[in-house]
Amino acid sequence: MSILYSPTSMQGHEVEEGKLHTISLTINGVRKEIQVLPWVSLLDALREYLHLTGTKKGCDHGQCGACTVLCDGKRINSCLTLAVMKEGSDITTIEGIAPADGELHPLQKAFIEHDAFQCGYCTPGQICSAIGMMEEGKAHTRDDVKELMSGNLCRCGANTNIIDAIMEVKEGGKDE
Amino acid sequence: MNNFAYSRAHTVTDAIQQLNSHGQSQFIAGGTNVVDLLKYFITSADALVDINPIEEHHSIEEMEDGGVRIGALVTNADTAYHPLIEQRYPLLAKAILAGASPQIRNMATNGGNLLQRTRCYYFYDANAPCNKREPGSGCSAIDGYNRIMAILGTSEQCIAVFPSDMCVALAALDAQINISGPYADHTIPLVDFHRLPGDTPHLDNNLQPGEIITSIDLPAQGFSRNYSYLKLRDRNSYAFALVSVATGLELEGDVIRDVRIAVGGVAHKPWRVPEAEDFLRGKTASRENFGAAADIILRGATGFMHNNFKIELAKRAIIRNGMMALHPETQLPGAQPSL
Repeated sequence: MSILYSPTSMQGHEVEEGKLHTISLTINGVRKEIQVLPWVSLLDALREYLHLTGTKKGCDHGQCGACTVLCDGKRINSCLTLAVMKEGSDITTIEGIAPADGELHPLQKAFIEHDAFQCGYCTPGQICSAIGMMEEGKAHTRDDVKELMSGNLCRCGANTNIIDAIMEVKEGGKDE
Repeated sequence: MNNFAYSRAHTVTDAIQQLNSHGQSQFIAGGTNVVDLLKYFITSADALVDINPIEEHHSIEEMEDGGVRIGALVTNADTAYHPLIEQRYPLLAKAILAGASPQIRNMATNGGNLLQRTRCYYFYDANAPCNKREPGSGCSAIDGYNRIMAILGTSEQCIAVFPSDMCVALAALDAQINISGPYADHTIPLVDFHRLPGDTPHLDNNLQPGEIITSIDLPAQGFSRNYSYLKLRDRNSYAFALVSVATGLELEGDVIRDVRIAVGGVAHKPWRVPEAEDFLRGKTASRENFGAAADIILRGATGFMHNNFKIELAKRAIIRNGMMALHPETQLPGAQPSL
C-alpha cells in the first residue's frame, strides 16, 4: 500500500489545483506516491516531503554534487532535477545503499577507514557518486577516478582521502 | 523559480501544440541549464513541456551513407560512451567527456547541449545590464571583468562565448542538425546553427520559435585515427574552457590530406575557418604549419583587457593540439595537454 506524501509547508495553503501532480517513485526499494508542484526539485522532494535528509543541499545549482543520488542506477544532481519529471523512476539515496543486515556499504567502511571526511557534508553525495562511477566502469586509473569524481567538491580538505577510499573499494585499490 | 505548469509530450506534433497552448512556454529535456536559469530568475516560463517521452529521439544509429545519427534526447554520457561514438568519433567522445561533470552528463541531452545559454557572469547576474538577457540594456562585460569572454566575432552589443565542448567537436566533424517544427522539417549545418551576436545578441542560434531539434547527423569521416581535443581552463576539471581546440587529421605519411580545426571558448559559436584548413592540405603536419594555420584562424582577434591572453593561448593551443592529434593515444582524462 502506498502512502500519499505532501509537504508540511503546503498544508493549509491553497494550491493551484491544475498544477499539482501525483507521481510514483521507488525510493530505496519502497514505492512512494507524492503530490508535487512542478517546480519542486527531486532534492526538495526527498528532504522536505519524504524526510530523507541524508541527501544534502549544497549549492542547489549542480556545481557541488552534495545532492547526488542514483536515478535508475545513474548518478544525477537531484537539485537540478524536477521531481515531477522522474515519475516511475527508481531512486537510491545514501539511506538506501547499505545491505539490510546492519552492515555498512563497502564505500561507507572505506570512508571511515581512510578518514575521508571532516565536516561530512559532501560525503553522501561523494559515496552515491562513487557508486555510480563504478557502475559506469570507465574509471581505470587514479587519474580517471579524480576526473570522474570532479562533480563532487570537498571544501574541507579530505579530497585525497576520498580518492584513497574509492580506490580501495574499486578493484582492490589498484590501477588497472 | 516562478510557478509554472508542467505537461508531457509524446510526439513532436504534441509538443508543439502544447507549447503553443500556454503563454510563454519552454521545452525541457535534461533540464540542467533550464532549471538552473529558472532558479536564478534569468528565465521564467508559464509552462514547461517535457519532451523526454518522445520515443524516436532516444537512439544512436548508423545511416546508409556510412554516417551516424544521434538522437537529440540521448544524454551526453550515453553518447560519449556509445560504441559507435567511442570507436568512430572519438573526437566527439573526448569533447563531451571534457565538459560539465559526470552527473550533469548523465542528465543533459544532446539537443539541450546545443541550446545551452552562455555562462557570461553578467548574463547570470539579473542586476547587471546585459543585451542578451534584456535587449537594449547594455553590455557589462565589455568594460567589466571579461577574462572568459570572446576574442572573435564580437559586437558592440555582446562579447559572450558559447560554452559547449561537444559543439566544438561537432563543428570539426561537419555535423548536421535535424529540426522539426510548425513549418517544414529542415537541416542546418552545425557551423551555421549558432549565430554571432551582432545587433541581436538575445538570439543564440537560428532555431525558430516552436522548432525542436530531433537529431544530429555525423558524416562518415570521423578522423578516428588522428584526432585530439584540448581544453584549457582555470582548474583541471569541471570548468568551462578558456580556450579549447578540436582537431581531426587525415594523413598520408606526414602529409595532411584532410584536416578540421574548430576552436571553442573564443566566440559566440564554435570557430572554424575553412581557409586555414585549405592552407594545411598537402603540407606536412608540423608546428610551423599549424602555427601558420593558427594565424589564419585568429585573424582579427581582439581582446578586451582581461582576456587579451586568449589570443596567444589560442594560437599555442591550436599548434599543440595539432601535434597531439598525431598521437591520439596520449589523450588524458579531461582533455588536458598530453604532449
